[in-house]
Amino acid sequence: MSLTNIMFYFFALVAALSAISMIFVKNVFYGALLLIVCLLSVAGIYVLSFAEFVAVVQIIIYAGGILVVIIFGIMLTSRMAGKPLLVQHGNWFPGLLVSGVMFVLLITLLSQQSFMQPSLPPQPEKQIGNIGVGLMTDFVLPFEIAGVLLLAALIGASVVASTMKSNRE
Amino acid sequence: MVPVEHILYLAALLLTAGLAIVIVKRNAIMVLLGIELMLNASNLNLIAFNRLQADKIDGQMFSLFVIVVAVCEAAVGLAIVLRVYKMYQTSVPDEVSELKD
Repeated sequence: MSLTNIMFYFFALVAALSAISMIFVKNVFYGALLLIVCLLSVAGIYVLSFAEFVAVVQIIIYAGGILVVIIFGIMLTSRMAGKPLLVQHGNWFPGLLVSGVMFVLLITLLSQQSFMQPSLPPQPEKQIGNIGVGLMTDFVLPFEIAGVLLLAALIGASVVASTMKSNRE
Repeated sequence: MVPVEHILYLAALLLTAGLAIVIVKRNAIMVLLGIELMLNASNLNLIAFNRLQADKIDGQMFSLFVIVVAVCEAAVGLAIVLRVYKMYQTSVPDEVSELKD
């Protein structure tokens, strides 16, 4: 077993354990930290799958952006300062039934398929340059649409969350 | 190299864990975290299938756009959660039931 395989299974184990323990944890703050652990180990798997740029984007956006936003959300919606924000659980039976059935179904269907063997990229060191060229040539329309979507989400989020009195209140 | 199936198994586990979190948790922020987990499972699938044709970068580009959409969803979702918390003093989705009867 080579070193990359050992690293892959380590990251996969960390991601799976943190995702499963997110189901059972009660404190929302611990849930956010477990999500970040899971996403960082998924970024490790991206690196091992020759998607370095996606891995770096994942680390920057999730660890730098989403985590801060979520922690602000947790701080602003906890009723008493200093007390942890605890979450109640409900619908144990339907939730575990639906997800368990879906998991078993996916695993059985995937194990019946036969996939091609993965191949090494021809020039791994040029992968990021290829992504940059692709963003400006083949994928320029979704790139621009993503920019407009980000602007719309920025304006929408700041308008929705603002405390300015509107005329209707 | 690691076979593609093992990455797909991990993605299936992350997807179903996210689904269970969305259904079980009674807090809007935890529901958003579950949705992030499900989006990451789809990203993992895209990266895994991108390895099959390593000279192409389509899967990686698609996962980048999925990340962008996930960011927008998290920002707008948390803004809505804050707004609802200000109006109803709760972040439990089941208690916001004015339209119920």
